[in-house]
Amino acid sequence: MNSSVIVFPGSNCDRDVAVALEKLQFKNKMIWHKDSSLPKSDLIVIPGGFSYGDYLRSGAIAGKSNILNEVIKAANDGCLILGICNGFQILTETGLLRGVLLRNKNLKFIGKDVNVKTIDIENKFCNKYKKNQVLKLNIAHNEGNYFTDKEHLKELEDKNLIPFKYCDEKGNINEENNPNGSLNNIAGIFNDKKNILGIMPHPERMVDQNISNNDGINLFTSLLN
Amino acid sequence: MIITSTIVEKHGLKSEEYTKIKELLGREPNLLELGIFSAMWNEHCSYKSSKIHLKNLPTRGKQVIQGPGENAGVIDIGDGDAIVFKIESHNHPSYIEPYQGAATGVGGILRDVFTMGARPIALLNSIHFGSPDHPKTKNLLNGVISGIGGYGNCIGIPTVAGETKFNSTYNENILVNAMAVGHAKKNKIFYSKAKGINKSVVYVGSKTGRDGIHGASMASAEFDENSEDKRPTVQVGDPFTEKLLMEACLELMKDNSIISIQDMGAAGLTSSSVEMASKGDLGIELHLDKVPCREDNMTPYEMMLSESQERMLIILEDGNEKRAKKIFDKWDLDFVVIGKTTDTNNLTLKFKNKIIGEIQIDALAAKAPVYERKWTKTKLPKKNTQIKDLKKIKLEDALLKILSSPNQSNKNWVTDQFDQMVMADTVQRSGSDSAIIRIHKKEKAIAVTVDSSANYCKAHPYTGGKQIVCESWRNLISVGAKPIAITNCLNFGNPEDSKIMGEFAECVLGIKEACEFLDYPVVSGNVSLYNGTNKKSIHPTPVIGGVGLITNINNKINQYLKKEGNIILQIGKNFGQLHQSVFLEEIYSIIDGPPPEINLSNEKNNGLIISKLINDKLVSSVHDISSGGMILALAEMTFKSGYGIKINKPKNLSNLMEYYFSEDQGRYLIEIEASHLNKILKILNENNIFSELIGTVQKNYFEILGELKISINDLYKVNNTWYNNY
Repeated sequence: MNSSVIVFPGSNCDRDVAVALEKLQFKNKMIWHKDSSLPKSDLIVIPGGFSYGDYLRSGAIAGKSNILNEVIKAANDGCLILGICNGFQILTETGLLRGVLLRNKNLKFIGKDVNVKTIDIENKFCNKYKKNQVLKLNIAHNEGNYFTDKEHLKELEDKNLIPFKYCDEKGNINEENNPNGSLNNIAGIFNDKKNILGIMPHPERMVDQNISNNDGINLFTSLLN
Repeated sequence: MIITSTIVEKHGLKSEEYTKIKELLGREPNLLELGIFSAMWNEHCSYKSSKIHLKNLPTRGKQVIQGPGENAGVIDIGDGDAIVFKIESHNHPSYIEPYQGAATGVGGILRDVFTMGARPIALLNSIHFGSPDHPKTKNLLNGVISGIGGYGNCIGIPTVAGETKFNSTYNENILVNAMAVGHAKKNKIFYSKAKGINKSVVYVGSKTGRDGIHGASMASAEFDENSEDKRPTVQVGDPFTEKLLMEACLELMKDNSIISIQDMGAAGLTSSSVEMASKGDLGIELHLDKVPCREDNMTPYEMMLSESQERMLIILEDGNEKRAKKIFDKWDLDFVVIGKTTDTNNLTLKFKNKIIGEIQIDALAAKAPVYERKWTKTKLPKKNTQIKDLKKIKLEDALLKILSSPNQSNKNWVTDQFDQMVMADTVQRSGSDSAIIRIHKKEKAIAVTVDSSANYCKAHPYTGGKQIVCESWRNLISVGAKPIAITNCLNFGNPEDSKIMGEFAECVLGIKEACEFLDYPVVSGNVSLYNGTNKKSIHPTPVIGGVGLITNINNKINQYLKKEGNIILQIGKNFGQLHQSVFLEEIYSIIDGPPPEINLSNEKNNGLIISKLINDKLVSSVHDISSGGMILALAEMTFKSGYGIKINKPKNLSNLMEYYFSEDQGRYLIEIEASHLNKILKILNENNIFSELIGTVQKNYFEILGELKISINDLYKVNNTWYNNY
């Protein structure tokens, strides 16, 4: 499977996700933001980091960059797109995903492992997970507080467009285990066609037992199915 | 402009120093030149009070590639890999403007590391605040922590270890020390020494603004009630630009076009150009019209003294300009040839085709003043406090009080604001004796730790100096690493006071002796003097940053209990030393007597045996015993492990408090399988190592038979309350 990782000035998880992809047998290419064309890719990853410093709204400038036009085209053609953390923020800025990521409710950067429950597995990204599995994933963000309007939220729930929600160790979803204030404990969402996934936790940090755990592996290997 | 004594004083120069300047120049300096002298001759840049003591530190060893004197120290970790690291203070700026002060402290130390050709792989910090009750503390704590996080998180280097402490001695002068660690190829280290004449001197990075002018001079004076007015001397950080600068420099470093490179840190363009020329025994000529400026009408004086961040000076081999510029263009950074090296041995400054300043490089560097300041010894304090004279307290109450005290509380509130996992090589995060970072795509890893013991150093600087080196060494041993070398950040008060100068001299002596004995040399460091306000100096606070090597990641170990039924042994001897302990301070508000004695030979023997046991896979977990004594170390072993401990009361010791809270040094706790006990005892006996059976691992409860029984969840909760309620 061919993957492309988009690199913006200020991306800082580009290498980490490339290492994870290569480890899991993807043929990966790094694509510089000034490039005007994309190689043929089955998966495009927009990695975490602070694109352009995120001094404006997170992801706002990256969302308007050259290469994003190509990503939007590819997405409309059904290419699989994964936006992780800043990548998720960028996807909402482009409109490929709806809603916004607000400042965390405690107004602080949060970097820690959290429990995340697999809510929907009937999609290309999650089919190797079990339903209602509790994963331990790492989050590291200032703005991960997902917000959208009521109708869209209902749509997300009704159409099973929320693959991941924050939960406690046993899988209970409640406000106490909502690290950043996201609506309905949302940790990640799909677009309608489920080819575009945006998530705040970093699966690429969870592909090596020596470092953390293997809970992120299936997110990538599901795509190979 | 005529240089009056007021102008000289405003530049932080003494009148005898000004006389020396005139002698060296053979004339009066102009204002620009005076500014340059002030920037180079201040304490922060010249080490004029500390130099004669620092030269005694051991800085060599077969593991050392580069000792002090460069942007950072470099050590050999085998297989062609090198580790580049350094710690630096940003105390004064952080007190004035906590967010930017702390952020630029991180930025500055990162530049020191990637300037040498290393990709930074870890950040650490040691921060000391005033008493939590002090009206400024909360704001400073919030600002500093978000500043450190703001910079490190954005640039994408994990912040993996540190210490956050509170003590009223820092009420008016906090300490913010940042350490960066990088990985380089041994044969691709870059230095600041200029070579060759007529080589292009290139300015890269951010534009120069009016921020931070005279920052280094500000950092070389005590605070007074007008310190708030110094806010404009604090620089503003831009981690995004630093990320670009880092990537551009590392990209340019892939071939051999760089002759020398130096970051513009304290005293900006002045110190970087002078240092490069001084080390290369050359002159340097700068055309200040060419300096990229952020603001209009900046004067040469402002350009030379600005401490705007994220800038570098590079001397390039001939014919490489085009290629190098292309790289910096790619990263949208300025790249301007602003001068050249010369054979004049002068710093020559031109502006609008006129020479506007010319100073011999030697006068700024080699001939800068060096002081042999008077210093007095600190006597070893007497042991006045007897535990039997104090009001009795229950063991459980004492333990819970200490666990919930600001200094011993769990630091999750702090570390959760840091990205510890970016770069995906963090094997062990903060909260253990040391953090562990894997070398990218290799089996080996480094362990890193920062430590300080201001109370011990205050009580007896010489012993305190030895103690922190030992503690650092022990923290690396405890995670399965072989300690290699240290960097130090020496935070002290006013060196013009002979008592304070004595604290400095004796701490350095203690550090020297311990480093020599443990073959743990000093490869880089920083001195921060004049920490204090209105003549009140802070406690002597040397901070040690240690780096160790774990040749195989499978040999790493941590402090968390592993299995029910396992046995806990204490290694090293407990003498019941409570003077200067956390126990006396927290329970009775007594800070008194001598610090724990350091026996270097026991320290080394005990540590080497622990290393052997770890490498032979005979231990399941290891934790060093430090502040708070054995009972705190035992409690910490239960946290996050899911297991408790059943502890037998000591058979023959008079006082439980002395037994559990003593801070005698050179001690470890190890968890072992019951089946290994005899084998381990044999090894310990053969090596004359003292050990004592402490208890066994059990489910759910932290228990001292006949004294206390607390569920480990409650214990953890108590340890986690303070920050969240502050």
